[in-house]
Amino acid sequence: MTIPQAQSRTRSYAGMSGPAAITALTAVAAAAMLPVLLSNYQVGLATEVLIFGMLAMSIDVLAGFAGRTSLGHGAIFGVSSYVVVYATAQLGLQPPAAFALGVVAATLVAAVFALLAVRTSGVYFLLLTLALGMIVWGICLRWTQVTGGENGMRGDVRPASLLTHAAFYWAVLAGAVAVSYTLWRFVRSPFGLTLRGIRDSESRMRSLGYNVSVHLFIGFTVSGAFAGVAGALYAMFNNFVSPSTVALAQSVEGVLMMIAGGVGTLFGGFVGAAAIIMLENVVSAHTERWLMVLGTTFILIMIFAPEGIVGKLRVMLTRKPR
Amino acid sequence: MNIFQLLNGLTFAALLFVVASGFTLIFGLLRIVNLAHGALYLFGGYVGFTLATRTGSFVLGGIGAMIAVAAIGFVLDQGLLRFVRGNELRQVLLSLGFAFVLNDLALVIWGGDSFTVPIPQALRGGLRVFGVFYPSYRLFVLATGIFVFAALWLLLNRTRLGALIRAGVDDAEMVEASGVNIRRVFLVTFLLGSALAGLGGLMGGAFLSLYPSADAEILVFSLAVVIIGGRGSLVGVGVGSLLVGLLNTLGQVMFPELAYFVIFGPMAMLLAFRPLGLFGRAT
Repeated sequence: MTIPQAQSRTRSYAGMSGPAAITALTAVAAAAMLPVLLSNYQVGLATEVLIFGMLAMSIDVLAGFAGRTSLGHGAIFGVSSYVVVYATAQLGLQPPAAFALGVVAATLVAAVFALLAVRTSGVYFLLLTLALGMIVWGICLRWTQVTGGENGMRGDVRPASLLTHAAFYWAVLAGAVAVSYTLWRFVRSPFGLTLRGIRDSESRMRSLGYNVSVHLFIGFTVSGAFAGVAGALYAMFNNFVSPSTVALAQSVEGVLMMIAGGVGTLFGGFVGAAAIIMLENVVSAHTERWLMVLGTTFILIMIFAPEGIVGKLRVMLTRKPR
Repeated sequence: MNIFQLLNGLTFAALLFVVASGFTLIFGLLRIVNLAHGALYLFGGYVGFTLATRTGSFVLGGIGAMIAVAAIGFVLDQGLLRFVRGNELRQVLLSLGFAFVLNDLALVIWGGDSFTVPIPQALRGGLRVFGVFYPSYRLFVLATGIFVFAALWLLLNRTRLGALIRAGVDDAEMVEASGVNIRRVFLVTFLLGSALAGLGGLMGGAFLSLYPSADAEILVFSLAVVIIGGRGSLVGVGVGSLLVGLLNTLGQVMFPELAYFVIFGPMAMLLAFRPLGLFGRAT
């Protein structure tokens, strides 16, 4: 179905039009140059931006393309972090195996969430994913024998070859490129188009003969798997995991990054993540009241720029000529 | 489960009812999912704790908590939520941002320590009920829960305001078209719902104690109650509270570390058959 389309256009590179491919390559090349220019601390921040950008993208797959905003993705992300740390520190697994196990665990948790959540929409979906995420948080906090309770768990998760800041950054960048490309293909695939159809009119898609629940279930699970990839990388980034990794604030930050970047823009997730992490970094240098600033940012964005930074810029640019 | 544990479950259910009934009133009528409800509960608890220890009066603490939290609710509704009316998603996320601000503000004012609201002299000690010796304060909580249920039932079914609220739940536009200032009814409901969260904070603060993440815990229980009971239904909240309260106690007895999980199973099964909850209706 996509092949004739591609042929009818002038040229396409891995599914992208020429200019888009050039933009993507330039962005990746620029990102790859960062470790040369920045200090170790700043490279760490850039790594965090990439990891949270992936989380924001995975949320955007559901929010922007299936019309369902999840407040449980922080928990899925965190489950992966927990499993990776537990597998290396307690089970003695090698980092790649632990990574795979973390992603599988996140995917399974996402599948369970999805089974319950696909029947709901709108606010109910939000509430249910929130409640499910909180349950995960409650378990991580209380199941002290396994999770270490409030103190969390420490483990040398990062493989030996990625110990320097720059090497790990490049590895995460490679992961981010792969995840971005896969998700981009995913939302443009016939399956992704069906999700968009469900977002716009569930009843119409149903009467056209699409199985809405199954599509949402798969969409949610795929989205959760990628949140799991981000979570596993985050475990490697920190070598540490604690209940705050699965807390509601994590999901909320992910959603905020996604919205700040622009719902339905997919790559806006990286812009949003960069904006929020820079803000967090600046604020934390001056005050301990990060949560208050996060909450205020959330309120302000909801009131003044619900279409996100990218969307807002787009609106401002198109308004100018008049 | 013995009588003692059953009573524990019932008293917890009574507390949940007080908190979640405010949540569902707002959800049902205004279509606002107020995720700051847990933070309002915690704030009410802290204010009540401060007043009760300063004045030595539990009743004053309760009144103060309700007034203070209603005032915060006023700021939230009139100051912030009015800008995003009609957009459910933005309302929910805005209230979540507000919850973060409130929670952090509480941390600034009261610090991270755990507080327990002092129980009035008359309610200390225990009573013998059904053959077990049980703390009389918790029986008082149970009685308050029943009282609040009765009062809300009378308010909703026997007064003009209640009739307006019920009509508003069914069709707010129609009520407005018949010459009623529905905005005022909305505001009163929002303040009432917030005040109930404040009252819950004081009551819960005396036996669950107050600490920085207590708001999230009570919020997830309230969500479970509303998801099980259905939006905007008083009976639904009652049944939901009983279910969640008893299941939670059962879970704590049988699997102490995984108690959260025990409310999750039934909720999941219920959703598979009734996505809108036991007493919820589609709109």
